[in-house]
Amino acid sequence: MSEMFRDKIEIDLTVNGEAVQARVPAGQHAVDFLRQELGLTGAHASCEHGVCGACTIRVDGDAVRGCLTLAAQLDGSDIWTIEGLTDTDAIRDLQKAFVARNALQCGFCTPGMLVAVEELLSKGGVPDRAVIRDHLSGNYCRCTGYEAIVDAVESVARQRAGEVTS
Amino acid sequence: MKASVGGYARATDLQHAIKLLESADGMARVLAGGQSLVAAMNMRLSAGDLLVDISRLSELSGVADEGDTIRIGALTRHVNVGTNSLVREHAPVLADAVKVIAHSAIRNRGTIGGALAHADPAAEFPACVLALGAKLHIVGPDGDRAVAVEDFFHGLFETDLEPEELLTAISIPKAEAGERQVLQEVTRRSGDYALAGLCLVKRQAGHRITMLSVGEQPELAHGAMAKLDAGDVDGAVEALRAEIEPSSDTKASASYRRHIAGVLLRRAVDQMTGDAR
Repeated sequence: MSEMFRDKIEIDLTVNGEAVQARVPAGQHAVDFLRQELGLTGAHASCEHGVCGACTIRVDGDAVRGCLTLAAQLDGSDIWTIEGLTDTDAIRDLQKAFVARNALQCGFCTPGMLVAVEELLSKGGVPDRAVIRDHLSGNYCRCTGYEAIVDAVESVARQRAGEVTS
Repeated sequence: MKASVGGYARATDLQHAIKLLESADGMARVLAGGQSLVAAMNMRLSAGDLLVDISRLSELSGVADEGDTIRIGALTRHVNVGTNSLVREHAPVLADAVKVIAHSAIRNRGTIGGALAHADPAAEFPACVLALGAKLHIVGPDGDRAVAVEDFFHGLFETDLEPEELLTAISIPKAEAGERQVLQEVTRRSGDYALAGLCLVKRQAGHRITMLSVGEQPELAHGAMAKLDAGDVDGAVEALRAEIEPSSDTKASASYRRHIAGVLLRRAVDQMTGDAR
């Protein structure tokens, strides 16, 4: 093997607002780095091929699959996980709405679901239900049947837009 | 599962990337957005690769107006292809395609060059780029070369790219006045790979039709194109069903895919005649 390739890579990044330096194995997934090295176990590793969305995290402002991104690729990035988004109250209204609407049961999908939802809501406006469903098509929930999740997302979109909600 | 990786190197510029590819002795894999590659590594379809991460080569990202063509950098992410004003004006079917490629989180990272170099016959961009008659720009140890898209796809996940070469950009002829570009596909769920899909481009020189998920690589449907040029939609449907070679899998049988192909062609013709540009 060429000496130009490394099996351990130095990375320098920001996670939930804090600077982090680490040395990661070449093939380590971003979500495994967050979970195993930093103890941020909110994002879940599940299908590990980009289908279920449980590992969704925010990378440089975008919702991203933690299992299709290598930790080595995160050098210089700004990462937010459900832990940071919770601590900063950034999505407090969304989390309350999920509880109020029973938009989770076991909660396994919820951290990834919330990151994906927040990406949609951050674009502003009140997306219609078909748009919400389409945006969340990459986040599986095996408990709720999705209706309650769409309800919660729609209600928060209306609240944020200053509309009265039922 | 977890990915099995032989090593990783982050390219700092194009020349460095080529050097890394050369030094890997055929074991290199170009890592761009990683949305297909990392999934394949996770499923151990590929193991022990030496990854050449080109994602920091900012010169490979973005869309430029080059007169008669637009040039899309290979690292341009799907989400940015979909929102780019040059793409929407001059190659609108690519922006339409973005809406049906996987899910938002995938589109945030996946790149058009990665999708083309991966050459998945179920993917939208290869079929669309073939229908548009694009030119692909490639850099290797011996310098630059350009390949017509008709010569780029060589089979299932196979392209004209040599192991030490890198796809850098795609040039697409700007849509003529009155040109129509349509993508139609059938998927069971939003974001799934299509059971079958069809891209139809109508120019003064004639129609160009390609399909996805009905063969080992995207190909022009010459029989159907000739019939459509002659204004014979029924004949085009018949020709299309005869010239494709779909396979059966757990998602759809070959005969169902063949049926869908004809349906998609009719829908595409309807859409094309319905929405003048």
